[in-house]
Amino acid sequence: MIEIEHVRKSFGQLEVLKGIDLTVSKGEVVTIIGGSGSGKSTLLTCINGLEPIDSGRILIDGTEVHAKSTDLNKLRRKVGIVFQQWNAFPHLTVLENVTLAPRKVLGMARAEAEEIAVRQLTHVGLGDKLKTYPGRLSGGQQQRMAIARALAMSPEYMLFDEVTSALDPQLVGEVLDTLKMLAQEGMTMILVTHEMAFARDVSDRVAFFHQGVMAEIGPPQQIFGDPQHPETRKFLSSTRQ
Amino acid sequence: MFNYTFQWKQAMARLPQMLDGAVVTMQVAILSMVLGILLAIILTMFRLSGIRILSAVAKTWVEIARNTPALFQIYMAHFGLGSFGLHLSPFLSILIGITFNNAGYLTENFRGALKAIPDTQTRAARSLGMGAAGAFRHVVLPQMLRISFLPMTNQMVWAILMTSLGVTVGMNTDLYGVTQDLNALTFRTFELFALAAVIFYAITKIVTLGARLIAARLFRY
Repeated sequence: MIEIEHVRKSFGQLEVLKGIDLTVSKGEVVTIIGGSGSGKSTLLTCINGLEPIDSGRILIDGTEVHAKSTDLNKLRRKVGIVFQQWNAFPHLTVLENVTLAPRKVLGMARAEAEEIAVRQLTHVGLGDKLKTYPGRLSGGQQQRMAIARALAMSPEYMLFDEVTSALDPQLVGEVLDTLKMLAQEGMTMILVTHEMAFARDVSDRVAFFHQGVMAEIGPPQQIFGDPQHPETRKFLSSTRQ
Repeated sequence: MFNYTFQWKQAMARLPQMLDGAVVTMQVAILSMVLGILLAIILTMFRLSGIRILSAVAKTWVEIARNTPALFQIYMAHFGLGSFGLHLSPFLSILIGITFNNAGYLTENFRGALKAIPDTQTRAARSLGMGAAGAFRHVVLPQMLRISFLPMTNQMVWAILMTSLGVTVGMNTDLYGVTQDLNALTFRTFELFALAAVIFYAITKIVTLGARLIAARLFRY
C-alpha cells in the first residue's frame, strides 16, 4: 500500500505540491491526469524518494520514504519507475540493460539474471532484440525495454511518468498495450498520462491534479462522464477538443 | 659550409640498443597512463563528491598539471622531493612526473565527458536501486571512458614523448637517454637523433592505430 499524506513540495518560490493525500492499495491502478505544471510528475519522483519533500509523509508498506533511517536503495527495489525519457543505458545491450540492476543490486548470478531478463523482454515483445544496443531501437522499443528493466527487479509497485509523451504517435500504442497488460496482471501502478482513452480504460481510479492540488479523484466513469470540479471539466473539454 | 659526411651505418649499428631503450620508454608511458587514468578517476570522484577539501585537491592538481611545464613537474619529483631527503631513482621520478601530468589532463577530459552524459542516466540507475557509487561505476564511468577515449589516446602519445624529458633527471635507459649516451660515445649526433625521432614517430603511429582498433572493438554501440 502506498500512503501519501499531506505532501507539500516547493521548488524555490514555486509550490508544486500543496498538500496531497492519496492512498493506493495493492493491485490498484491509479491514473493521474492534469495540465502541465500541476505537480503530477513531481509526485511520482517523490514517491520513490528521488525528490525530497517539504512536509507530510509518504509510506510504502508502512516504511516512511523520506525518513532519515530509510534505506532508499532498498526501498526502490520495491518501487519501479519508468520515465518519459526512457534513459536506456547506451553502452549496454538490451539484455545487459535489463540484467544490470538484478546482478549489481540484488547480487544475482548472470545466468539467473539473464533468465529473468529474457522472460521480461519477451513479455514486452523484445525477445528478438537481446544483443542489440538501444541506439538501434525505436523510441517505443526503448521505452518497452525500460519497462522490462524496471520489471526485472520484481517491484511490487510501478510508477509511470508520461511514458508515451516523448514517442512518435504511431509508437504510443505498443507501449500502452504493454501497460495495459501489466494492469491486467494485477500490478499496482500509478500512472501519469495524457492518454485519456487509455486512462479511462485501465484505471480503477483517476485523479485530476490542478496547480499542485488533487482537485478530484474517482472511478474513470465518474471523472470522465460526470466530473464534479469545474477545473476537471475545463481540462477534459480542452483535451477532447 | 655544409661539410658533413653522413654515417648511417654507425647509427644503425646501435639500433638494437635504441630499441631496448624504446621498450623502457613504452614501459614508462604505459605505466604512467594506467596510473594516470586511475588517479584521474579518483580525482573526478573527488570533484563530484561535493566535499570541499576533496574537490579543492582535485582542482589544484589539475591547475598545476595543466599550467606548469612538464619539465617542472618531473624536476619536482626528482630534485624537489630530493631536497626533502626523498631521493627517487630517475625511472621513478619520470614515472611520477608524467603520471602527475597525465592525471591532471585526464581529469579535465573526464570533466568534459561527464557534461555530455545526461543526469537522467544517474537518475535511472538510482531508480533501479543502485547506490551513488554503483550508478557511477556501472553507468556513468563506462560512458565517460568511451567519450574520453580519443583524448586519452592523445595523452598516451604525449606521455611517450614526455619520456624524453627523463634525460634531465639522469634517466639513461629509455630511448632518449640511450640515444644521448650513444651520441656522447660516437658523436653521430644527427644520425642518432634522426633515428630516435623515426622510432618515436613509429611508436606513436602504432599506438594511435592500435587505439583505433581497440575503439572499434570496444565501442560497438
